[in-house]
Amino acid sequence: MPPIFSGHPTMLEENDWRNAAHSTGTSIMAAEFAGGVIIGADSRTTTGAYIANRVSDKLTRITDHIYCCRSGSAADTQAIADIVSYHLNFHGMELGEEPLVEVGAAIFRELCYNYRDSLMAGILVAGWDKKKGGQIYSVPIGGMCVRQPVSIGGSGSSYVYGYVDANFKPNMSKDECIQFVTNTLALAMSRDGSSGGVIRLGIITEKGVERRVILGDQLPKFYED
Amino acid sequence: MSSIGTGYDLSASQFSPDGRVFQVEYAMKAVENSGTVIGLKGTDGIVLAAEKLILSKLHETGTNKRIFNIDKHIGMAFSGLIADARQIVEIARKEASNYRLQYGVNIPLKYLNDRVSMYMHAYTLYSAVRPYGCSVILASYEENEPVMYLIDPSGVSYGYHGCATGKAKQSAKTEIEKLKLGNLSCKELVKEAAKIIYLVHDELKDKNFELELSWVCKESNGYHVKVPDSVFAEAEKAAKQAMEADSESDTDDM
Repeated sequence: MPPIFSGHPTMLEENDWRNAAHSTGTSIMAAEFAGGVIIGADSRTTTGAYIANRVSDKLTRITDHIYCCRSGSAADTQAIADIVSYHLNFHGMELGEEPLVEVGAAIFRELCYNYRDSLMAGILVAGWDKKKGGQIYSVPIGGMCVRQPVSIGGSGSSYVYGYVDANFKPNMSKDECIQFVTNTLALAMSRDGSSGGVIRLGIITEKGVERRVILGDQLPKFYED
Repeated sequence: MSSIGTGYDLSASQFSPDGRVFQVEYAMKAVENSGTVIGLKGTDGIVLAAEKLILSKLHETGTNKRIFNIDKHIGMAFSGLIADARQIVEIARKEASNYRLQYGVNIPLKYLNDRVSMYMHAYTLYSAVRPYGCSVILASYEENEPVMYLIDPSGVSYGYHGCATGKAKQSAKTEIEKLKLGNLSCKELVKEAAKIIYLVHDELKDKNFELELSWVCKESNGYHVKVPDSVFAEAEKAAKQAMEADSESDTDDM
């Protein structure tokens, strides 16, 4: 039987980026500190090996006090974030108060679990509520949900588990925690080919969110010494 | 009830010319025929107490309870028709269970109250159904905060520090108003609740009754449970003593 495609087989393989989905081959993380949580992410979106966006924002607002860090398929995670945002805001209106972070995480978990066969999404749900303060819930690929004081995700995270385990301390000050998150992400971005660009940060406290950017030329280089 | 009937009381879906829905008012009458139920909010939780009238000596004690668990942390007491109340209990339990399934946390009482009162209100809107012949008290202790609501057959509900429904609701309310609810703990309130139920019980019209006491408080770790046997015995004893002291002072006066 003749091949369906007449092109050279290696040509097809080389060109598979044309059919590849946008995905956030990513470094994301979140860490609790005294008074809230810090969330952070790199800014690279890739289509195969091609960098489709070098300044993307993977920190997505769900409510005023709940954000999520997205990794996996950009389309899937954006859609999930939109749906959760709708549900959670509706629920907040019914309740007459700000929804809890754990409730947000439960909705993410429900969607990610029920559609686990068709989704590619690894999400960190982080935020602040008056019941439990700053919280982080990790919802990885199969639709599990677990609370962690510090959590990392995306392809870049594999390189920095040791660094996080060695350097994370509970109840850090805000500045200390920002430095910790920045350093961790810089390390992950330097090793991981599908992470890079700038570091985007979000500091979520009782007062809401404060966003920061650390540009590519201002990334820490402490590990080069 | 001067204008009973006049053709406007056959359906819950029709107003009378002076703007009343008679079927709903009749449902409230059904509530007033049943034993008194009270709820008291203390500093550290809520106490529910019910006067369960015993209609036949052949009934086994402890059956046909008037206080239910909706969830581990929510209690419901009712007055009115028991069969109607059981239906409310069922939908409230479903509501609580669905909430946990969806959101992974205990249902807030405020939310449950909204849902249950909405449900009861729906039964005052259509000609094919009749309103529920019961009032329910919902109570919980969440985030170190006691919360209590009372829902009427009309579907109206309010939050309360102390509430009463059933036969002797008026005299029970007067007694509750005498208490300093803001300063009393649940331990003290259990005795007060028992006293009130004994006090408002009408011995002439209804011979026997069974006292039911439950609480949801710090002492019970935020769970709604019937009060421990020792606490119950103590409260019932105090109530009986108060009744005796009362009748003695009555005779003194004469």
